[in-house]
Amino acid sequence: MSGVTERVVLEPERYEFSASPLHQFELARRDFFKILGAGIAVFAIAKDALATQETAPGHRSFHMEELPKDISAWLHIGEDGTVTGFTGKAEIGQNIRTSLAQTIADELRVRFESVRMVTADTALTPFDMGTFGSRTTPTISPQLRRVASAARDLLIEAAAREWNIAPAGLVAADAKVTDPASGRSLKYAELARGKTLALNLPAEDPITPASQWTIAGKAIPKVDGRAFVTGKHQYTSDLRPEAMLHGKVLRPPSFGATLTSCDDSSAKAMTGVVVVRDADFVGVAAPSAHEAQRALDAIHVQWKEVPQISSKEIFFHLKQNATARFDDRNREQKGSVEAGLASAVHRLDATYNIAYIAHAPLEPRAAVAQWTEGKLTVWTGTQRPFANRDELAAVFHVPESSVRVIVPDTGSAYGGKHTSDAAIEAARLARAAGRPVKVTWTREEEFTWAYFRPAGVIAVKSGISGDGTLTAWEFHNYHSGSSGIETPYVVANERTEYHAVPLILRSGSYRGLAATANHFARETHMDVLAGVAKMDPLDFRMKNLANPRMRAVLEAAAKSFGWPRKKTQEGQGFGIACGDEKGGYVATCAEIAVEKKSGAIRILRLVEAFECGAIVNPDGLRNQVVGAMIQGLGGALFEAIEFENGRITNPQFSSYRVPRFRDVPEIEAILLDRKDLPSAGAGETPIMAVAPAIGNAIFDASGVRLNNLPMVPNGLRSA
Amino acid sequence: MPIEIEVNSKRYPVSYPPNTPLLYVLRDELFLSGTKYGCGEGQCGACTVLIAGAPRRSCQIPVGAAVGKPVTTIEGLEKDGRLHPVQQAFLDAGAFQCAYCTSGMIMSSVALLQSNANPSPAEVVQVLQGNVCRCGTHPRIIEAVRHAAKLLQEHGR
Repeated sequence: MSGVTERVVLEPERYEFSASPLHQFELARRDFFKILGAGIAVFAIAKDALATQETAPGHRSFHMEELPKDISAWLHIGEDGTVTGFTGKAEIGQNIRTSLAQTIADELRVRFESVRMVTADTALTPFDMGTFGSRTTPTISPQLRRVASAARDLLIEAAAREWNIAPAGLVAADAKVTDPASGRSLKYAELARGKTLALNLPAEDPITPASQWTIAGKAIPKVDGRAFVTGKHQYTSDLRPEAMLHGKVLRPPSFGATLTSCDDSSAKAMTGVVVVRDADFVGVAAPSAHEAQRALDAIHVQWKEVPQISSKEIFFHLKQNATARFDDRNREQKGSVEAGLASAVHRLDATYNIAYIAHAPLEPRAAVAQWTEGKLTVWTGTQRPFANRDELAAVFHVPESSVRVIVPDTGSAYGGKHTSDAAIEAARLARAAGRPVKVTWTREEEFTWAYFRPAGVIAVKSGISGDGTLTAWEFHNYHSGSSGIETPYVVANERTEYHAVPLILRSGSYRGLAATANHFARETHMDVLAGVAKMDPLDFRMKNLANPRMRAVLEAAAKSFGWPRKKTQEGQGFGIACGDEKGGYVATCAEIAVEKKSGAIRILRLVEAFECGAIVNPDGLRNQVVGAMIQGLGGALFEAIEFENGRITNPQFSSYRVPRFRDVPEIEAILLDRKDLPSAGAGETPIMAVAPAIGNAIFDASGVRLNNLPMVPNGLRSA
Repeated sequence: MPIEIEVNSKRYPVSYPPNTPLLYVLRDELFLSGTKYGCGEGQCGACTVLIAGAPRRSCQIPVGAAVGKPVTTIEGLEKDGRLHPVQQAFLDAGAFQCAYCTSGMIMSSVALLQSNANPSPAEVVQVLQGNVCRCGTHPRIIEAVRHAAKLLQEHGR
């Protein structure tokens, strides 16, 4: 069971790029039309779609020869006029089911209500690397636009044939093709009737600029909201195929422990219980969860444990164990830092520590697995259905074509649901049981056996001239990652490096990856420099910033916040921070209060300006931005995974504190809509500047500079 | 002798042992999966149901303790295809993202509005403090509960 205990390679960054226009097309469409009925479809060849998808070097990559050869559809117009859009991306609460349907409706010129999305199903949707890196809006939206634009051409051609006239001059709008010369029209549904027309996505097809959007750009509510407020939506953990068993897995007492003995005889003797022992995997399946638990409790095992690093020594360890290897991608060097420091009037040297934190999605990992005649179907809440499919195929030694992964709209992920752990467990148990099996992780399992946002140490050296101009910038990130590592400030002498460290805890993606850590270090450091230069923190930033988009978000946030503000009461403090990442620009202002007696910190107000190009759905975007700000509060103030002897010592909501209602301040999100710029993703970047803005406000209020995340797990007194 | 419980005005025989948390009976035996598992220690509120009108964490209540007391789950709020005003208010406010916490949020809010027809934001915060939303939709949830209070007054419920 490599999926459970393997040490995954830390993925500092993973990107995928836009699926490019497609060529050459060979048919295998018959099955598709069998499923969806006759109509008009736009296809793409998966292989070509992938040609420009890229992964960072140094981790599991998808080689071209491994790619699925099947042909994938992106859009189908049915005989009843229903439009179906297909994407391999998963809906995990970020609202893409709505925003992508808007995009299609907008470009195809149909009513929003006539579009439905099929998402994240390896049998039905185009191959996709995964739902991460804020890539859905910048890559899939334009892809679906190109597809819808091509479909309009196809519809116009079909109408022209029908009327036996030239297609030029015909207009596709309002779900019909109209001939302005004669006034006659044919509905898309009529044109689709009795046809199985398919089209390759042409190399270029003009798409509608954001300034002319009519359905995209609007605050359309979540498309199936009613199913969520009634409890009818079925998450993975709610599914129950006929004859399903409940599975549970025996966990080692600590990370790295190996099984030395196992007596499962009494569990095996229980009626209706299936016990699986396979290498270090021990699991059971039973008709109910309590029977499965009873069987698990009846298994007697011994483990051999191995010494592990604890959270108390983690930061020392990380700095000591950095590997000498650098990834060029994660290294930036220009000018001479030494010369820049020598010429500086003020120099600063500081180190920042970042704790491990957990995603803690409210729906823990879950999977339902079913084997039918050697073929495996798995429903699971994952961000990477195709990668999960490949992992399942590898683990069970079956071809990828024998595995189907379906992702029900999922109870959040935040980068935490890339792996296929629960899927592999459910599938292993289901194979032994000969019946479908559901595995739902407990909260403690989720906190312990999932993976974490990696801890890190960041060392920064800098220098400024007498007038506050940055003259040198040296930035080293140990372990936590390279996202957002490049400084947006203008500096002639710079060295920026990411240093890999072998994993301690299982680590991986998290909303914003290391951008939060790197922005915390950089923006805290810049604040100290502003103080040294005796400049206002906003003025100091502006002096060293050239990028107009960054300046614009800073100005917008400062204006709404009322920066610079005068203190009106004791313990009050104001802070500002900014950054850019994944095509989005963010600036955050914080107002906090330190209670004099207890040292307790209260966040009173957060104002954030965010700009991600043309806004597709301002309502969904606002939810994502405000959500990121609130989630960012947790890692800023109190979230930290603690561990000792290979055990997580705070694996519950009672011991791992997440933001709750009382932690939420007055929040203002300013969304800058740049219709002249392509839309960027928005799920991650709005989290980055929250921690440094708060830290800078704490300093402003108290004179205490906090260089570690979380900053005040027990209030300022203990910091 | 098997016990029987009343859920959403319907009686169900229960075969699970009486010490089984009500949550698992609702989800796995009665197939009322709108009530969610989030932590199993009464810390997140995703499993909140009403027992005799009071909000309870169903992961902490043995099913045996619910015998003779009417239980209301999220599935019991909609009447004749009409959403409960609290459900409608959450929908109107777009007060969810992944929505896994939504059932629990709505049940806690229904209970609050039964005892306090017009709660202040601070009172909403006080009551919902035990409900975790990991997506950070808190401001809209508060807005939704206040909106629900208005709807309830208009509907005279």
